[in-house]
Amino acid sequence: MRDFDYARAGSRSDATARAGAGAQIIAGGTNLLDLMKLEVMAPEAVVDITRLDLHEISVVEGGGLRIGALVTNSDLAAHDVVRRDYALLSRALLSGATGQLRNKATTGGNLLQRTRCFYFYDTAMPCNKRDPGSGCHARDGFNRILAVLGTSDHCIATHPSDMAVALMALGASVEIEDAAGDVRQMPLNDFYRLPGDTPHIETVLEQGDLITAVLLPKPVAGRQIYRKVRDRSSYAFALVSVAAVVRMEDGKIASAALAFGGLAPKPWRNAKVESALTGKVPSDDLFGQAADILLADAVGFGANDFKIPLARRTLRAVLRQATEATQ
Amino acid sequence: MNQHLKMDRPQDDVIGTMAQGVIGTAAPRRDGPVKVTGQARYAAETGTGAEAVGVLVRATITKGRVTGMDSDAVRAMPGVLSVITDKRLLRNPAQGTANAAPVQDPGQVAYFGQPIALVVAETFEQARHAAQGLKVRYAAEEAVTDPFADTTEVERPEAKQTEQGDLDAAMTAAEFSVDSTYTTPAQNSAAMEPHASVAEWDGDRLTLHGSYQMVKYNRNELADSLGIDPANVRIRAPYVGGGFGSKLGIAPEAVAAAIAARDLGRAVRVVMSRPQVFEATMRRSGTRQRVRLAADADGRLTGIGHEARVSNLPDEAFSEPVTMATHFLYAGKNRKYAHEIARVHRTCAGSMRAPGEAVGMLALENAMDELAHAAGIDPVELRLRNIPDVHPENGKDYSSRRFADCLRDGAARFGWSARNPKPGQVRDGEWFIGMGVASAARGNILQESQARVILHADATATVETDMTDIGTGTYTILAQIAAEMLGLPLDSVSVRLGDTDFPPAAGSGGSWGAGSAGSAVFLACQKLRQSLADMLDTDPSELTLRDGTVTSSNTQQSLADLLSEDLTTIGHIEPGETSETMQHAGFGAHFAEVAVNAVTGESRVRRMLGVFSAGRILNEQTARSQCHGGMIFGIGAALTEDMVHDHRDGHIVNHNLAEYHIPVNLDIPQLDVVFLEERDAWANPLQSKGVGELGISGAGAAITNAIYNATGVRVRDYPATLDRVLPGLPDD
Ligand SMILES: Cc1cc2nc3c(=O)[nH]c(=O)nc-3n(C[C@H](O)[C@H](O)[C@H](O)COP(=O)(O)OP(=O)(O)OC[C@H]3O[C@@H](n4cnc5c(N)ncnc54)[C@H](O)[C@@H]3O)c2cc1C
Ligand code: SF4
Repeated sequence: MRDFDYARAGSRSDATARAGAGAQIIAGGTNLLDLMKLEVMAPEAVVDITRLDLHEISVVEGGGLRIGALVTNSDLAAHDVVRRDYALLSRALLSGATGQLRNKATTGGNLLQRTRCFYFYDTAMPCNKRDPGSGCHARDGFNRILAVLGTSDHCIATHPSDMAVALMALGASVEIEDAAGDVRQMPLNDFYRLPGDTPHIETVLEQGDLITAVLLPKPVAGRQIYRKVRDRSSYAFALVSVAAVVRMEDGKIASAALAFGGLAPKPWRNAKVESALTGKVPSDDLFGQAADILLADAVGFGANDFKIPLARRTLRAVLRQATEATQ
Repeated sequence: MNQHLKMDRPQDDVIGTMAQGVIGTAAPRRDGPVKVTGQARYAAETGTGAEAVGVLVRATITKGRVTGMDSDAVRAMPGVLSVITDKRLLRNPAQGTANAAPVQDPGQVAYFGQPIALVVAETFEQARHAAQGLKVRYAAEEAVTDPFADTTEVERPEAKQTEQGDLDAAMTAAEFSVDSTYTTPAQNSAAMEPHASVAEWDGDRLTLHGSYQMVKYNRNELADSLGIDPANVRIRAPYVGGGFGSKLGIAPEAVAAAIAARDLGRAVRVVMSRPQVFEATMRRSGTRQRVRLAADADGRLTGIGHEARVSNLPDEAFSEPVTMATHFLYAGKNRKYAHEIARVHRTCAGSMRAPGEAVGMLALENAMDELAHAAGIDPVELRLRNIPDVHPENGKDYSSRRFADCLRDGAARFGWSARNPKPGQVRDGEWFIGMGVASAARGNILQESQARVILHADATATVETDMTDIGTGTYTILAQIAAEMLGLPLDSVSVRLGDTDFPPAAGSGGSWGAGSAGSAVFLACQKLRQSLADMLDTDPSELTLRDGTVTSSNTQQSLADLLSEDLTTIGHIEPGETSETMQHAGFGAHFAEVAVNAVTGESRVRRMLGVFSAGRILNEQTARSQCHGGMIFGIGAALTEDMVHDHRDGHIVNHNLAEYHIPVNLDIPQLDVVFLEERDAWANPLQSKGVGELGISGAGAAITNAIYNATGVRVRDYPATLDRVLPGLPDD
């Protein structure tokens, strides 16, 4: 870790001004500090935003929820309205990390956590994300935990968040304030970028941008499921995860929102999978077709090939559970 | 005033005739309260805070030579005091009981991540940053990193290629046979406390506060590494936060700290980071094992073959002794063993909890399960049928062995009869459920050990030995032995450990600690009893000591009244002929119920039972805890632990605890442990045997056998992660 300047932001504009001048925003620090200790990231300055007034969860007029960027993963998971109307989000959060980490981790920080690619974390290894142009040592290396969808020749890393997968299925948007004080909102799906030939650029955020909140639309009806497949029962990142909100009507699938973790450089959502299901009578065949669409472009790199059949099986199981008649 | 015993003959049970009644009881760990309240000082926490701090620098090539480094640039950084590249720095830790320096000269790189220098600074942050920034130039050479490649150089030590009868013929003639190849991955002990040392010099005398398991050897290793007289080295290791073999031999951080402290004329602290613990201490070697079993129509073994390939760095004497238990566990006339050591440029391989059995029994016990299925014989019954009368290779008797009882008792307790022998039949919703069994066996060893016991005039006692307590319960057990023998309440005995100023003991390793150090304490106390008897003009056997009261035939008085001064003795145990005349081992049986998810292939252990015969149990609670730990290691070995080497440069890819998956609480179900009543007169005067490593031996195989019973999927490459189970599962 190299020496850095530390400042505590007194206001949002203070935070965005400092960030605009190059300071790295720090919230819970559970990811950033690790990366700084390893010198994977070595900012000259950090701006601590934890005293900003972004800790609230509030119900938006006309329905929907506004989650302050500094709401901790623990508080968010335990919130009454979240548990009642967005249960999927609670479950995703609680499946992630550990109690200690969730107490520190924030909503904004969770969205922006970096990949867990082994080679990204080891500064002796070539990595285009850490050191653009140096190469990708993971691709032909031990890639078991890496992506099968949305990859590029330059990077095959996954986005590791559970929370973001749930938010993606729930149709969340991100609220961003820039250095000029302008506030904009965008759907989470547009927030993340695929690696292409610039894997070090992971989102649409510009220098100086501050995430101020995550917005959830009105609760949608339907069964909510988050299923995470992992190497041990707790404290392990998803190999594959599926978030689903599925509403049945008259024995048919009226709507389905599906998002996937562990498969891609961003929480993955594919509208074609959802439309293939909509209006149909649930069946194993139908679920298989949905999986075919999801995985049509999937490419494994050897050790992670298993993710393709695993995603298929997990999706089918989730859809079965989501559509079976209530007991 | 010493008491010496060489174990040339079996010993009567003396401690069992004592009156205090504390031996064997579940006395709580005496180090517990100081540890959980943070008062126990671990190596890294010693000192005043004024120490300089060193951080090791890692090699970023696999093999070659360091040709230069920009030390000057780093020396100019804030707080940096020194960049040390002394030729005495260690390439890797010493092997357990080496007693001499390991390979030195870090300018020669033999594996990726090898320590090549130490950067010392005023603060940890300064040293770490400087170490990360040190630019090193290398002349890289071609490295060999794949132990299983055809081109890799392989050694075949003659003494370890053994044969008896004709296994090939037995295989051909067999009614039922198994010929399977298994692999086990590299592992790391992943002890909670990382390797750490604080070195300080007083003139020519060095004191090292280190996290070590065997300080008597470590002192010599450190002195030899530095080129100084061992008499000038003192090592202190009163608390060790887990070792599991990784702290048997002196490690790079200790020698580096000592050199730096000498150079700077100031105490120096060096603590390894977690990635360094993975890269630069000991790994358990990965293995490839071929097991062949030949059996007649009744499932009686006619032949066993166990051929293993392991790996280590060039010039390392240790190689994972895979086939250890196979030699003595089962009958079978025709036997064949092979042992190959691939010389590779990977992190040094050394002893990790139950070297040999921990991996060898995974393969052997899977093969027994395969044979049971092939022969249509219950796996418990198959094992019972193949228990030999005497050692099948050298004809020796077993010193004690309730192996069959462990299998039978375990089967009854576990409800084994409810197991459906046909795989894939039992479902609980989305989960396949299966049961598995495996035997446990681990050679028992006695090592030379000394301990001083001081019986104070106020009827309290102090035990002093350089033995360590690495979380196993040594403090507690030695107090129990002394209290039992001297008839004192436990609170009246204090125990001081982990200091080379005390009499040298066996150290913690090979599960021999309690039996060896405990016997030394026992002997010292026996001598003290003799002294008391002499004072009363009677025979020690006439003496009853209890709660500080001395009773002999017709008198009773308080011990404090009897004593006018402190009495000090040293007890000294040495292995003798009993080690040669008998086959010594602890035995047991593991039973596991495992659920395998039919959709994802995730395996979760639902319950587990271990039944063990390990001689006298000195403390019911610490012994149980050791077995729990061993079984948890078994769960890790079976399901999650896999230290991955990059196939191109051999570097360890997942060198942190987020990605090297040791089991977490949620992975561990109810674990039941049962000890069968047993005494072993041939083992040591306490009649105990080792337990620390018995619990891991075979444990993982019970789980993979249960996965097979649950699903019909036979995973032969450990660990059984879901990607290895998935291809065999039915289309859901
Ligand atoms: C061992 C371990 C296991 C874990 N397991 C899981 C798991 O299973 N599932 C899972 O989902 N997560 C897991 N996590 C990740 C954890 O969820 C993240 O570390 C955490 O959510 C990050 O939040 P933070 O507030 O600590 O972020 P920080 O570390 O403070 O910041 C992370 C990044 O976000 C930026 N940032 C933070 N807040 C803002 C803001 N408001 N505006 C703009 N930029 C901002 C920072 O600049 C930084 O780049 C694990 C972490 C660890 C260490
Ligand atoms: S996959 Fe991406 S993060 Fe990993 S090494 Fe390649 S470029 Fe770096």
